[in-house]
Amino acid sequence: MITVEHLTKYYGDYLAVNDLSFEIGEGHVYGFLGPNGAGKSTTMNIMTGCLSATSGKIVIDGYDIFEEPQKAKKLIGYLPEQPPLYMNESPMEYLTFVGEAKGLRGEALKEQIGEVIKQTGIRPVVNRRISDLSKGYKQRVGIAQALLGNPKVIILDEPTVGLDPIQIIEIRDLIRKLGQNHTVIFSSHILSEVQAICDQILMIANGKLVAFGAPQELEKKFASSGKIEVTAGTNIHKLKEALSNVDLISDISGKILSNGYSFADIETEHKDLYEVSGAVFNACAKEGVTLLEMRLKKADLEDVFLELAAENAEIKKQEVKEN
Amino acid sequence: MSAVFRHELKLYFRSLTAYVFGAFLLVAVGIGSMLYNLSYAVSNFEYVFSYGSLAFVVIVPILTMRVIAEERKQKTDQLLYSLPITTTEVVIGKFLALLVVFAIPLCIVGIYPLIFMQYGDVYIPTSYGTMIAFFVMGAALLALGIFISSLTDNQGFAAGIGIAVILFNYFSVSLSEYVSSTAFGSVVAFLVIIILIWALIRHITKNETLAYGTAFALIALLVIVYWFKADLLEGLLPQIMTTLSLFDRFSVFINGVFDWTGIVYYLSFIVFFLFLSVQSLEKRRYN
Repeated sequence: MITVEHLTKYYGDYLAVNDLSFEIGEGHVYGFLGPNGAGKSTTMNIMTGCLSATSGKIVIDGYDIFEEPQKAKKLIGYLPEQPPLYMNESPMEYLTFVGEAKGLRGEALKEQIGEVIKQTGIRPVVNRRISDLSKGYKQRVGIAQALLGNPKVIILDEPTVGLDPIQIIEIRDLIRKLGQNHTVIFSSHILSEVQAICDQILMIANGKLVAFGAPQELEKKFASSGKIEVTAGTNIHKLKEALSNVDLISDISGKILSNGYSFADIETEHKDLYEVSGAVFNACAKEGVTLLEMRLKKADLEDVFLELAAENAEIKKQEVKEN
Repeated sequence: MSAVFRHELKLYFRSLTAYVFGAFLLVAVGIGSMLYNLSYAVSNFEYVFSYGSLAFVVIVPILTMRVIAEERKQKTDQLLYSLPITTTEVVIGKFLALLVVFAIPLCIVGIYPLIFMQYGDVYIPTSYGTMIAFFVMGAALLALGIFISSLTDNQGFAAGIGIAVILFNYFSVSLSEYVSSTAFGSVVAFLVIIILIWALIRHITKNETLAYGTAFALIALLVIVYWFKADLLEGLLPQIMTTLSLFDRFSVFINGVFDWTGIVYYLSFIVFFLFLSVQSLEKRRYN
């Protein structure tokens, strides 16, 4: 559906996107994840034809965005970071304009507008001035605009920023629903959000693609060994002694809690955490150590993300030094 | 294009802009025709437009200041870039909407000669000929206004620059009598113009090499001409100021001659500035 090849963008001397290449298939929700300033918005602006690239190629369903922009843009609905709304108009007037600009007329236009109003749930505010609407509704009007013309690809730039928790949930549900019939790409710097809605994640740091895959895959691929936290009803020496027989454990650090209980941080190199926790439980039961709490800490995407971003920053620093 | 056109037109008529513009134009033309036709009992309606054209200095910048500047400020230009329409369509759509806003009060003015005809002899061909020229000149100023609006995201700034430029154009013929007509005077004046061109290129393209390159090439040309053929520069500046004046060409129409070269000049002026506006908008994609 979308192919990005060796995309590079300089702002003056500043390198915003650095030789970015990836391919996005049909359907599904794709998450563009990266810290602020990673090049997410720049990439999206280039993909939608709002910005030129220094070099590289972007093809949307067979149409090059730089060579056949009119045809390529017809396939894309775009919501920029700041919803581009005419504040003095009502959502109805605004959507009419956008629909006409996308080439819709007459009955088809009316039908489409009715459809996107229903999808985004902006019916109650459709005749009010956009400037009077809440941020959540403004965002929805922006999304409605992107949906007009039934584009194959919908690109949303940080659609949940600045919304309250209820609005965020609503927008996420909407994105999930859109993913059933469209290819949706949305950017975010919030990991849990991307993890919750996306089928595929593209991680970007410093203008480079650092990872691309399904959330579970990325977790598995990058996950380092996990940790088990144990709270026991005995003193720390007895706990350590009991655990010393478990050979899956690579390291234990413990401390005494104020109420006489003990706490141990168990590290392991073993991939299957449940096997380790089972062994810990059995060992404690055998030695008569009362287990009060056992908590498994799997390495999650957050760790992966932080690690990759840090790694990339390190590489960039080295490159700068070498130059 | 039609979507942009309709959208802009709706915007003008919902806000006060179209009405303020129309009212100003009608007041200017009304006072003019009261003074010339009624008070002095002159039967030539075309003289009224020489008075009315002064109103352009204020009303054109008021009408055009927000055209592109406001899109930038509200970030709605991003929408225009992402829609499947070209920037040329956007600029032409906006220009046509402005023309309609301008044409409506002018249609009302079109009734005046018919009214005056009831009470005396009005020479119809020159009256309406001048009115057409008035419309085309106004269109040229609107194109200039669009270009000025495309340079900034600040409406007030666009209006201020617009008023200054049109005012200068209005008085450039009278001013040209006072500027130095010696070769050296022309050189100094051209240096100032070259600096302005440098600033404009630098602002639009953000390309230092291009701006300095153009400026140095022009300065070199100026020096060469001054060195070898200084008499070419004598009186050149006043002449250029007269040639470039939109209002000076309009006075030919007021004197009763329908000057086709004047119309062609206005039309080329429109195309040139609409082209520049498109380039100015396109350039934003590269920054």
